[in-house]
Amino acid sequence: MMTPAGLQDEIVSEFQTLVGDLEMTLHYLMELGEKLAPLDASEKTETNIVKGCQSKVWLTASLQGQVIHFNGDSNTAITKGLVSLLIRIFNGQTPQQILDTEITFPSRIGMDRFIGTQRSNGFAAMIQQFKRYAIAFKTLQQTV
Amino acid sequence: MKITSPEILNIRSEFPVLDQQVNGHPLTYLDNAATTQKPQRVIDALTNYYSKDNANIHRGIHTLAERATKAFEQTRTSLAQFIHASEKEEIIFTRGVTESVNLVAASFGKAFIKSGDEIILSGLEHHSNIVPWQLMAEERGAIIKVIPVHEDGTLDLPAYHHLLSNGRTKLVAVNHASNALGTINPVREIISAAHQNGAVVFIDGAQGVAHLPVDVQVLDCDFYAASGHKMYGPTGVGFLYGKRKWLDAMPPWQSGGEMIREVRFTKTTFNDIPYKFEAGTPNIADVVALHEAIQFIQTLGKPFIAAHEGDLLTYAANLLQDIKGIRFFGQAAEKVSVLSFTIDGLHHFDVGQLLDAKGIAVRTGHHCTQPLMERFGIEGTIRASFSVYNTFEEAEALASALKKITEKIK
Repeated sequence: MMTPAGLQDEIVSEFQTLVGDLEMTLHYLMELGEKLAPLDASEKTETNIVKGCQSKVWLTASLQGQVIHFNGDSNTAITKGLVSLLIRIFNGQTPQQILDTEITFPSRIGMDRFIGTQRSNGFAAMIQQFKRYAIAFKTLQQTV
Repeated sequence: MKITSPEILNIRSEFPVLDQQVNGHPLTYLDNAATTQKPQRVIDALTNYYSKDNANIHRGIHTLAERATKAFEQTRTSLAQFIHASEKEEIIFTRGVTESVNLVAASFGKAFIKSGDEIILSGLEHHSNIVPWQLMAEERGAIIKVIPVHEDGTLDLPAYHHLLSNGRTKLVAVNHASNALGTINPVREIISAAHQNGAVVFIDGAQGVAHLPVDVQVLDCDFYAASGHKMYGPTGVGFLYGKRKWLDAMPPWQSGGEMIREVRFTKTTFNDIPYKFEAGTPNIADVVALHEAIQFIQTLGKPFIAAHEGDLLTYAANLLQDIKGIRFFGQAAEKVSVLSFTIDGLHHFDVGQLLDAKGIAVRTGHHCTQPLMERFGIEGTIRASFSVYNTFEEAEALASALKKITEKIK
């Protein structure tokens, strides 16, 4: 299992050739989003919605052994691509690893420039939601 | 291929912001219903004011204060002429339409709206022409009624007449033109029917004033409001026109300096209109620069502006018709230059971002008209809105970008 830091490096190298080409970057993000398994309609509930995003983003999580498994979806293709990247980084990590991870890849590939302020807020809200799940499962692990 | 005339290109050259590359492409600015760009003369007016004339207005006796006051009041005079108000005192400077609605809702509401009174809005309204009335109605026990919207984006006028017929309507608030669909409303008919039934009328002119002829005396509207930034002027400034008989009868809204006649701890008396409604130091620089925006419109003439914008709208609508899965919203015969659409299988946010990657600025979302979006069963649209400085080549750029987006994704 790669570490979150290693996965971020992997993402950075994947996007490296696209830096400076916004259109290609957006299309690649949409491609990645398409590969993400869609959430079942029954999971697209109000409780699973990430608040603070302009698009609709749903995120679910379950504890499998010591690690967390995430599923996510969005009603917009570009955002779904962003969700898929975060899932790639956080999936299969322990709650502590997730809490210790700082998301740095967007600025390293010039992506924070075009994620936009509103989208940036949404992006921050998504990261926060992953960490909230991590806190919840960590607490659960400690109490069991 | 339609060629843009040298005259339009000349007008375009007055707007410095348009001459730039965005994401590696020439900027195609098609978000004019949100805000228009500013001609150099408006930018210069702001700089000149701060460089040469800045002073607080009305009570200063020094030369700069006099110059600033004169420039400030000149805009009031030119606005009064611009919308054909019978006197300049009927023009109140506000921050824009939103503040104007809030002013009328609070002040007119306090004086004239009672429990059980009805307020008619239309299904085409921007949130700013809904929420202040709602808050006031809740406070005063009044009831909000809504004129339904037809499939083509026009208002259901028989339904409107029916709403008026019970005689309980105190106020009707509708827009001159819809920001989301472009529909031009038959405001004369709306106003005259309201008056026959004893109701006053507030017109939100945000999307009207820069494109359509506005003669408040011919319209006979009781209130008309607009925002400077949607008419080539600065942000943060706009106006409220009100008939003197209402403005005189309405209590002050915000209070402080400027709006008073005499202040005693026992009793304060208030200034006459327009100052009664202009508490505090106003937005002098932006008001001064707004004069240049009015001059810009008047020099070109609204018929000239509307004709070019109409040509752009027709041209763009024809080009976009061929886009696979496109669905237009707002098919009224009378429209300002707003083209609102969705594309099957594509979310409007994605389309907006992909267009931005090609340097094309459009608006995506609900356009602050959620009830209207709900009426059509959609979350939002992609909206291209044209201004006098836009070119036919830009309409082509939009169409070809949309074609590429739809081909690539499907």
